[in-house]
Amino acid sequence: MSGSESRPPAVVVRRLGVRRGSASILHDVTLEVPQGSWVCVVGPNGAGKTTLLHAVAGLIPSDGEIDLFGRPLDRFGRRERARHVALVPQQPVIPDGITVGEYVRLGRTPHLGVFGAERPNDVAIVAAEIDRLDLRSAADRRLDSLSGGEFQRVVIARALVQEAPLLLLDEPTTGLDLGHQVRMLELVQELRRTKGMSVLSTMHDLTLAGRFADRFALLSQGRIVATGPRSVVLDAAVISEHFGTSVRVLGAGEAGWAVVPVSGDTG
Amino acid sequence: MTRRTGAIVLGVVVLIGALLVGLLAGPVHIAPADAMRWLLSFGRRPPGLSEQQATILADLRLPRVIVAGIVGAALSASGAAYQAVFRNPLADPYLLGAAAGAGLGATLAVTFGPSSAFAFAVPLAAFLGALAGVGLAYGLGRSGVGGRSTTSLILGGVAVASFLTAAQTLIQQQRSETLRQVYSWILGRLGTAGWDDVRIALPSVAIAVTILWLCRRLLDVIEVGELEAESLGLHVARLRLVVVVAASLATAAAVSVAGLIGFVGIIIPHGVRLLAGSSYRQVLPLSVLFGASFLILVDVVARTAVAPAEIPIGVITAFLGAPFFLLALRRSGRRTA
Repeated sequence: MSGSESRPPAVVVRRLGVRRGSASILHDVTLEVPQGSWVCVVGPNGAGKTTLLHAVAGLIPSDGEIDLFGRPLDRFGRRERARHVALVPQQPVIPDGITVGEYVRLGRTPHLGVFGAERPNDVAIVAAEIDRLDLRSAADRRLDSLSGGEFQRVVIARALVQEAPLLLLDEPTTGLDLGHQVRMLELVQELRRTKGMSVLSTMHDLTLAGRFADRFALLSQGRIVATGPRSVVLDAAVISEHFGTSVRVLGAGEAGWAVVPVSGDTG
Repeated sequence: MTRRTGAIVLGVVVLIGALLVGLLAGPVHIAPADAMRWLLSFGRRPPGLSEQQATILADLRLPRVIVAGIVGAALSASGAAYQAVFRNPLADPYLLGAAAGAGLGATLAVTFGPSSAFAFAVPLAAFLGALAGVGLAYGLGRSGVGGRSTTSLILGGVAVASFLTAAQTLIQQQRSETLRQVYSWILGRLGTAGWDDVRIALPSVAIAVTILWLCRRLLDVIEVGELEAESLGLHVARLRLVVVVAASLATAAAVSVAGLIGFVGIIIPHGVRLLAGSSYRQVLPLSVLFGASFLILVDVVARTAVAPAEIPIGVITAFLGAPFFLLALRRSGRRTA
């Protein structure tokens, strides 16, 4: 935790509330993401996970306090905020007819003058991230010709060229096969190590979440019902209660740590 | 990079070609070499060109070609811009009540305006009408539930257009003697284009197209949708307002001197996308170049095909527009699929 460190946390959320019309989506949410850590928000469908990420990104109005790197979110200008937080949405919009290179370049927007064009430095950063994510051979291809795994990497590349120290990942493994899921999460680990990025993500796959993230927050019906390390949040009793199905949590045996459903196994 | 530069070079070459064709086409024959020499000597009459030929070039053909070019560029650029901010490939310059407003303005001017200042009053009334139409649509769209969404703006445009068209019909009904005049104006007219029209349209179009050109990179950002564009630091509502104002200014100026010439704002941006991809960094400048060329050439057809009569230019663009509309429909179908 950040107690002994002088660096302010990447994210501090206090008593956050979000309403949409008369419905309360998030209620009294408190959460902290220490710098360099990976906090994963888990919870059943409709719990408000995506809304929480959008609130932290400053994209929707909310009550309560959100601090990014020790500074209130509402004191950031739009472009300044986008230089601190990059969002990878769950289902990114795929613009019609533009190339991978043109798409990744959009991530430099908060670093450019409003009507300005990219300088050589921006072009170099775009090229470097395209290389890092193994997309060089795809750079001139059209976005709509990519596979799901390639497109997800392209979206990550767009977020990385934002050079924001905080990365918000909304279900980053959705629609990927097992191999691509693991490679995606390993990539996020590597980014934390090499760039010191802080990560706040949502994830449905509790086994993968438990193996990669440092800390967890369980969101249920708009409230945080458990926070802490894996042993506290991803506990069989807690999960079973909030996800509405019985699970077992397997210890570090031969197959490693895993959350598995109890029902359905007829073998 | 090479493809992008190539497309721009092609656009410039085609524009120069269209300009020459526009100057040479007509009942009075003028040799291409003479026309070139006349153009390059900036209007001083070279030997070999008669007084009458020089007058035809200077007072009839050149202003007409320039007005056609300005109008084509304005409609194409604003069509591309509307398609970007409304994220709808079928959006066209007349979307937000600009056409209906211009129609009402022109009808009012024809019906009640001073006949002595007719040539000036109609374009001015059409210009103001177009801007008023867009302003009403924008205000109405924003006041609705979820005033930031593009759908409510488009619905606002539809409502305003219906209302203004009804008002126009009512006036025409009561003053049926003006029907023919209003009708020929609505079908699009470049037949009377002169230097006055250049003076009326050029400043607004130049300012508006410059603003749109400055926004070309941001139009690419908005293509990723409102939420993601905001997450990249873009003030989407503000950009949309700036672009709508600029595109409507260009449209109003075009309508005021040329009447309603439909489909240019759909044909050219979609054609350009096929040529050079969908990034607005290419689409916007290329729409200006090819839009100008396109309307100059269509006008040549309009005035030569059934000479000495003229086909209303709006009729030709509508004929050409239908296939492109289908093309746009197919592309948008793929996008939502």
